[in-house]
Amino acid sequence: MTAATGTVVRNRWLSAATWRNLLRDYPIVPLTVLLVLLVILADILSPGLVNQGWVTSIVRQATVLAILAGCQTLTMLTGGIDLSVGYVASMAGFVTATFVHQPGGWPMGVVVALVAAALAGLVSGIGVGIFKVHPLIVTLGMGLIVFGFSNVWQLQSVQTGAGVPNEIHTIGVGTLGGIPNDLIVFVPVAIVLILVLKRTGYGRMLYAIGDNPIAARLSGVRSWQVLIVLYAMSGVLAGIAGLVQSGLANTASVTLVQPYLLPSVAAAVIGGTSILGGRGGYSGTIVGALILTVLGSVLSIVLPEPWRQIVFGSIVVLVAAAYARVTAEG
Amino acid sequence: MSATSAPIDQPRGGGGDRISTFARDNAWTLGLIGFLAVLLLFTKYVNQTYGLDSLASTATSVVPLALAAVAQAVVVLSGGIDLSVASQMALTSCVAATLMKGYPGEDVAVVIVVGVLLLGLVLGAINGALVVLTKVPDIIVTLGTSFVWAGFALLVRPAPGGSAAQWLKDLVVGPIVSGIDVIPKAAVLLVIIVAVIWIPLSRSRLGLSLYAIGSNPLAAFRSGVAVNRTKVLSYIVTGFVAAFAGLSLTASTGIGTPVPEPTYVLISIAAVVLGGVSMAGGIGGAFGPIVAVIVLQLIRDDMTFMHVDPNYGLVAQGIILIGVLMVGSLIQQRRSRA
Repeated sequence: MTAATGTVVRNRWLSAATWRNLLRDYPIVPLTVLLVLLVILADILSPGLVNQGWVTSIVRQATVLAILAGCQTLTMLTGGIDLSVGYVASMAGFVTATFVHQPGGWPMGVVVALVAAALAGLVSGIGVGIFKVHPLIVTLGMGLIVFGFSNVWQLQSVQTGAGVPNEIHTIGVGTLGGIPNDLIVFVPVAIVLILVLKRTGYGRMLYAIGDNPIAARLSGVRSWQVLIVLYAMSGVLAGIAGLVQSGLANTASVTLVQPYLLPSVAAAVIGGTSILGGRGGYSGTIVGALILTVLGSVLSIVLPEPWRQIVFGSIVVLVAAAYARVTAEG
Repeated sequence: MSATSAPIDQPRGGGGDRISTFARDNAWTLGLIGFLAVLLLFTKYVNQTYGLDSLASTATSVVPLALAAVAQAVVVLSGGIDLSVASQMALTSCVAATLMKGYPGEDVAVVIVVGVLLLGLVLGAINGALVVLTKVPDIIVTLGTSFVWAGFALLVRPAPGGSAAQWLKDLVVGPIVSGIDVIPKAAVLLVIIVAVIWIPLSRSRLGLSLYAIGSNPLAAFRSGVAVNRTKVLSYIVTGFVAAFAGLSLTASTGIGTPVPEPTYVLISIAAVVLGGVSMAGGIGGAFGPIVAVIVLQLIRDDMTFMHVDPNYGLVAQGIILIGVLMVGSLIQQRRSRA
């Protein structure tokens, strides 16, 4: 009897279906393995590279990417996407910097920046939720609007001088007992996002809307309210990412964070969130952001810039293809 | 159950009915042309010196973007999206400029142009094949390949440079008949390229299949349309038109620039949607997006004429994009409820 059970158990572990299910239900396991392999690869390619300084710099870069990828994860769960995050984040960092010598100082700037970011998200949410325009288009248009206003703001505030406030610069580059300061921002954000998605009714509604909008509506979910809150939240998250990035780079410009836009989508996809909605989570996205950042570091050791882009793009397609295979047959 | 009705299967009457059918099928494009006319009058009002020659230079400047929008339109109306259009343009433009510098000669350039167009077909085929084979959503696949094509563009040309054959430059610069500035060559070229590719395509079996898979892939499959093959073909056409767009960049600037213009993808999608192509696929054409590109450009020009900070042009483009779609969506919701 026991022997028979043993065989069954062993068979279960050996069968391809088990692995597929594991991959589908806990994408974080293979992703973490991949991350560790990449770190080992980095150390083999350039012995001594992996030290505290390297880890710190990876974590710092990954933080910004992970927060932005959080915007994509949340919106992608409902079947949407937020293409305005790059310009919204840049705007937030820039606006804060312009307030340094203004009444109210940089705290006022942070408030203004985050309110503006939330407002941009709110309008996107109204477009998506009430008017039912495709999220891709709404957030694309919102990105243009925010970018335009940022440029106008730049022209008007250029004489007042802009510099990243020291406090934010400290968050970007300082450490506290060996731990990079941006984790002080990131860890609460990550905990809130994971808890919201896993433990709250609101989080489950996001999954429900993405999985089957009609079923969600028939079960009493007011999609439009959920979506408006969602995109406003995404705007605030993007604003926070912009503040962290401007502190890290110690500069503020209206296009500072824009290069992170497409990688943020890629990080969410690699982390196992489906762009079709209803499947994924934030923990995978964090690992996805770390993988992309480490990958960028590894590639920069061995390859010149053009090949880096080529390999980067290929890996995004490959990982997405692997997910599509795994989830299609489950 | 589905409430979507393709204009294709509407019964067509003879004589006078055909005009009203045409008006109904092209209502969006006609409305857009009307808006363009109003915008032109407004332009004339804010800038008295705006004449036909200024219009001609506007038309010349939008050619690469207009071709990018047409490329995007083909894939969007068959239910996909191509985020790699700008990278394809950068790659084809760089290959053309580099080869023309390496192998100078007006005759050799013809071979190069044909080769670059073939390259466009290949890039499109790879995009399409990846979408079909991996079953990954189009947006992710083309997001990935946008990095790949941009990387190859950097390999070909680490820095902007190269050259273009004289006849290629002559194709897009200046008026078609010297002395009469009204009709720019570039605009004529645009119309010819689009007419030669789009009109036969939209009237062919393939064109109908493109609309079919965009409108309802399952219904298309059950009606005997080879869905996967059609999807690949839609990306091939997109790659082909994007190669034309890349060549027009090389022709107008005389060089190849390896870093794709980041706004091209965004504006091409915006123009496609403003041009009446449904993001859900199955509805729209190639001419609406071209008109939309001109409208978007003209709005920015007007801002300059009115001495408004041109950055408000971006704001206006964004507001128009969202606003038009909100109104359109509202009308559609009303109609489907009635």
